[in-house]
Amino acid sequence: MSDAPLLELKGLSTHYVSARGTRVVRAVDEVSLTLAPGSTLGIVGESGSGKSTLALTILRLLPPAAKIVAGQILLEGEDLLTKSDVEMRRVRGKRIAMILQDPMASLNPLFTIGDQVSEPLRVHEGVGRRSAWSRATDLLKSVRIPAPEARVREYPHQMSGGMRQRIVGAIAISCAPRLLIADEPTTSLDLTIQAQYLNLLRDLQREHRLALIFITHNLGIVAKMCDQVAVMYAGRLVEWGPVTRIFDAPAHPYTRALLESIPRMGDGRERLTAIEGQPPDLAAPPGGCAFHPRCPQAMSRCREEAPPETVLGPSHTARCWLNVPAAVPTAAAPTGIR
Amino acid sequence: MTDRAPLFEARNLTKHFPVRRGFLAKPLGVVRAVDGVNFSIGTGKTLGVVGESGCGKTTTAKLVLRLENPTGGSLLFDGQDISGLEGRDVMQYRKAVQAVFQDPFASLNPRMRVDAIIAEPLVTHERLDSAEVNKRIARLIDLVGLPERSAKLFPHEFSGGQRQRIAIARSLAVSPRLVVLDEPVSALDVSIRAQILNLLRDLQAQLGLSYLFIAHDLAAVAHMSHTIAVMYLGQIVEIGDAATIATRPRHPYTQALFAAALPSHPSELREELVLTGEVPSPLNPPLACRFHPRCPHAMPRCSTEEPALREAEGRRVSCHLYPSPA
Repeated sequence: MSDAPLLELKGLSTHYVSARGTRVVRAVDEVSLTLAPGSTLGIVGESGSGKSTLALTILRLLPPAAKIVAGQILLEGEDLLTKSDVEMRRVRGKRIAMILQDPMASLNPLFTIGDQVSEPLRVHEGVGRRSAWSRATDLLKSVRIPAPEARVREYPHQMSGGMRQRIVGAIAISCAPRLLIADEPTTSLDLTIQAQYLNLLRDLQREHRLALIFITHNLGIVAKMCDQVAVMYAGRLVEWGPVTRIFDAPAHPYTRALLESIPRMGDGRERLTAIEGQPPDLAAPPGGCAFHPRCPQAMSRCREEAPPETVLGPSHTARCWLNVPAAVPTAAAPTGIR
Repeated sequence: MTDRAPLFEARNLTKHFPVRRGFLAKPLGVVRAVDGVNFSIGTGKTLGVVGESGCGKTTTAKLVLRLENPTGGSLLFDGQDISGLEGRDVMQYRKAVQAVFQDPFASLNPRMRVDAIIAEPLVTHERLDSAEVNKRIARLIDLVGLPERSAKLFPHEFSGGQRQRIAIARSLAVSPRLVVLDEPVSALDVSIRAQILNLLRDLQAQLGLSYLFIAHDLAAVAHMSHTIAVMYLGQIVEIGDAATIATRPRHPYTQALFAAALPSHPSELREELVLTGEVPSPLNPPLACRFHPRCPHAMPRCSTEEPALREAEGRRVSCHLYPSPA
């Protein structure tokens, strides 16, 4: 892509430090990736892999125990880590918006839908109450809420789950952000409502040339929505690349195992290829590559030394010794499929 | 249908909940949570039930477990009607039908050690001496693939996947013949789900268990089930062989549901068949065909005449489109 990247993460690390400073959890560790304007990135990983912490790091909304210890977050070339709290407040909701998992928890039950949808407009753009409300009505219409003129005066409890999540979407796009981060946006929705919502997000993205980051554990959402995938394991980006590349020829054994462990419609397999073992405890991660205890291709080196990030192609990186040509014992193919 | 009688059969199973406003008030109406449902589960077979929230699948599971009493129809287990059972007979039935629930963080008592958790159904249902109980616990722990020392640990010392194994071991303690699996993997991490699904299939083959498998994930249901029943607003709209339904759904709702399922590969293009609107309230379901207000193929007949569940194209489907005029 010839476009300058919208978002660029360079060696970003966020650690949780205990009160006495004795225990450190590397929730996000040396994450680097870039996102072009209008494109979609899926961040996948299991619970505790650091994907939500990564999202909160980008918005600098971390809890006090978390510290961004290294790296840069470049939004249109500006480093967000050098901004003051006041400046950050002008970024959140205006240039980067976020949608959370549970729409009922993101909406205030005591305020009308109109108040809540118009709030970002009044805060960021200084729009007056009356015109903000009329724009709120338009926004509800754009997220396909039926009878928006009546709905603006109603409260969240009067809406269904799917409508609430669309209202959260309307709030997120109200100030025309360049980047929208959606953290498991559809897990609380039913299947057909999820399909409606994902299609809505894609239409909004095309209309507004919005870049999207999907944080999910669901590879189906990635397959449906995303241009790029970033696979996280134990705080590290183990693989990042174009979505078809990753689905067709995953370079990291974890990515491959994850793809193989999912049941597929009508493939007639008797058994699924399970990943043995448990996700690691981030407070005491295994030495070397964090995936080595579960990896079918682990070598002695994997136990001792964490693999470096290897560039495999344009916008495709992986962290695995199998992808470091010099590290592989002779005669073993670097991406050999077992 | 096989020549042998199925292990479990529901005939015209119905559960209506009265709706009252205020204490002692007259009922305002009924929620038709399950409304005239027929299905059967053979020995060693899995029936998968899919549908969205409010379709009645959890109520169906509760009826099968006799946690709710049906308001109509009958439930046959091994040929015996169990809907009227009371007292000790219910206990006897519950021994044969066990359950595994969605959230192993909620379904295990945090104050009990694993051996006590697994032994609880044994203590309730069988009179065994402690040596025999311990032997059974050890066998169950081994059966579900947990390390031997797990017996003396507490649930918080286990990960989600291991906890679900404990829940499975508990459900198998009294050697049930039917296990109700209500979303058994949706609370687990993606990399763990395949382990549990494989374990459930292995146990089925080993012990000849029958499963009633309820889940949102259509691919997982298709993978696990021999038969799939699709429910909408308290009724079965389509039921038949799992592979047939998953690959060639016929009811417009099933088609929409499977079209809404997420692809397993980015190049997998699906027919975009996105339903408009949301599931209506089961308090006042639409008349005639309950799906007609959202159906892309609705005909005038659909709003006046209720379609029956009829044999068509290798499954049973309730839709006026079938059998198609040849």
